[in-house]
Amino acid sequence: MSENKTAEELPLYEVFIRSKNGLHHKHAGSLHAADAEMALTNARDVYTRRSEGVSIWVVKATDVIASNPEDKGSFYEPNDDKLYRHPTFYNIPDEVGHM
Amino acid sequence: MTENEMHFEYLLRLGDNCAILGQRLAEWCGKAPVLEEELALMNVGLDLIGQARLLLDHAGKVEGAGRDEDKLAFFRDTQEWRNLLLIEQPNGDFAKTMARQMFFDCFQYLQFEALLDSSDKTLSEIAAKSLKEITYHRRHSTNWVIRLGDGTEESHEKMQAAIDELWGFVPEMFDMDEVEDAMVAAGIGADVNALRPRWDEMINSILEEATLKRPEDTWSVRGSRVGKHSEHLGFLLAEMQFLPRAYPDAKW
Amino acid sequence: MTVIDNTNDQLEQAFQSKVDAELKIEPKDWMPDGYRKTLVRQMSQHAHSEVVGMLPEGNWLTRAPSLKRKAILMAKIQDEGGHGLYLYSAAETLGVSRDEMYEQLHTGKAKYSSIFNYPTLNWADIGAIGWLVDGAAITNQIALCRCSYGPYARAMVKVCKEESFHQRQGYEIMINMANGTKEQKEMAQDAINRWWWPSLMMFGPHDKNSDHSSQSMKWKIKRTSNDELRQRFVDATVPQAKFLGLEVPDDKLAWNEEKQSYDWGEIDWDEFRNVVAGNGLCNRERLQTRRDAHEGGKWVRDAALAYAEKQKKRAAEKHAA
Repeated sequence: MSENKTAEELPLYEVFIRSKNGLHHKHAGSLHAADAEMALTNARDVYTRRSEGVSIWVVKATDVIASNPEDKGSFYEPNDDKLYRHPTFYNIPDEVGHM
Repeated sequence: MTENEMHFEYLLRLGDNCAILGQRLAEWCGKAPVLEEELALMNVGLDLIGQARLLLDHAGKVEGAGRDEDKLAFFRDTQEWRNLLLIEQPNGDFAKTMARQMFFDCFQYLQFEALLDSSDKTLSEIAAKSLKEITYHRRHSTNWVIRLGDGTEESHEKMQAAIDELWGFVPEMFDMDEVEDAMVAAGIGADVNALRPRWDEMINSILEEATLKRPEDTWSVRGSRVGKHSEHLGFLLAEMQFLPRAYPDAKW
Repeated sequence: MTVIDNTNDQLEQAFQSKVDAELKIEPKDWMPDGYRKTLVRQMSQHAHSEVVGMLPEGNWLTRAPSLKRKAILMAKIQDEGGHGLYLYSAAETLGVSRDEMYEQLHTGKAKYSSIFNYPTLNWADIGAIGWLVDGAAITNQIALCRCSYGPYARAMVKVCKEESFHQRQGYEIMINMANGTKEQKEMAQDAINRWWWPSLMMFGPHDKNSDHSSQSMKWKIKRTSNDELRQRFVDATVPQAKFLGLEVPDDKLAWNEEKQSYDWGEIDWDEFRNVVAGNGLCNRERLQTRRDAHEGGKWVRDAALAYAEKQKKRAAEKHAA
């Protein structure tokens, strides 16, 4: 908590929008709000002015747990050489047809 | 008044509320307490102007004298306007704007819900479209009244003052007169007097949650139904109507 | 010491090669201090411009001449607010808070586009702002969609998409005015007379006089030079003015067949500097309006926070019980 009363800012929320049923929620941006209800209605007013969504998620920005860019090596690169996870790794004779 | 004249008059009452409240919200442009709220207020304003256009356009057609939405919005003088006195009251601070909005949103919600069954098909269609918008407006203004009422000491005082200041404009919303009676009888209009108990229920529960006191019914003012408005409306119209009046031949 | 310096050099090199390869930089990636500072300055300035830019148009919102025009203008001004919000959010990914940015605006430390310090005096100004000012802004913003900083580029893509109607609605107003009554034509010409040169100033100083330009180009924060964008705007806009039958207030304006674009006069840079320095007709008013809105809204924000805090406590008590 800040001791300085004037330094208090409304918390930041991240906004995710599902543009239509069948699609994932996608990050749309962020906004400030005092509470969850305000975050939700603000998200509606700010991010769906052109009917961009059918569903909204708001998450307090401080509740998002993010990986670090420095972890790129240990997180993602070990999977680069595991080509056997991809269908193109396997040779199937043409005669077999589509598989 | 013929039934047709009363029908026209009735539609003006509905449309004028939306036009004037939309105009009042436009005055907030660039001045909202939070940027996010700026967008929210304008969303409400846009809905209201949209409703006003539909209702005034329909009114003009019912009148049959060739007046369109803009003729009706920009070329009627103060005493020809039929919006509620509550609607034309100045914005004041954010608490007063939200109190006015919440009183009206709850009223308009009930009124338009009743208008879904109107025998005037155009009107019932407008009501159906608007009701979705109003449902959101009501949620928005209600939330703010509760937040401000149950927020800080300062906001509580301001919110209570706003409720008190506007309370005397409430009874007019539910008045019946010759026009309202005839429209109810014709199956066109909604019986607003019958809506009062539900409105009271809504308001009581909001005020309770907001830790606000329901004011005593010690005063009320009336007059908009017959064109007797507060002095505020003249200035609002002077500003709003200036261009078309100054250049009546122009097309914009 | 040397070790740290080397590491920094290496990081900087890696950063630059990433930028050169057109890879985007994201918030948590390493970036040079100068890059971060330049971005914060530019993005917050851009955000402030959107928010202050609501005011000259808001000046006519209550006087729009038809309900349709009122609705369109309201939606447009609302968009500007939204764009300011997207941009503040993008800047916040770099660790600066919106309140800090406001503070810089309100104390005059941060700038915003000087164009908004000119007054809107007649209805055609609303047309001219949409057509010329938004036109100039879009020219700039399209270039910024390819900016190296991911959040800025993404915000710009959204802004450009939404702004596409802004210039068209402005031009439509101009068409109606230019083809309207004698008074309307006069208003239209008066509007272009007052807004033409300030619109050209929006692209900033000549490249040779621009302090930040070359480094920003190298970092790909800026993708096209001020002068190039300005020329692009002139070439696109002059034919539009001709179509309206309006005169562009520049007696040096002439088509250059050889370079296939327009030659034109010189911007009054003294006026430019004067308005940037705070001495435009509306500088003080615009800032005061923003300050009043922010300070005047403090009790509302405080109340919202206090209420949220109470709700949280109540929920915890309920949970405990």
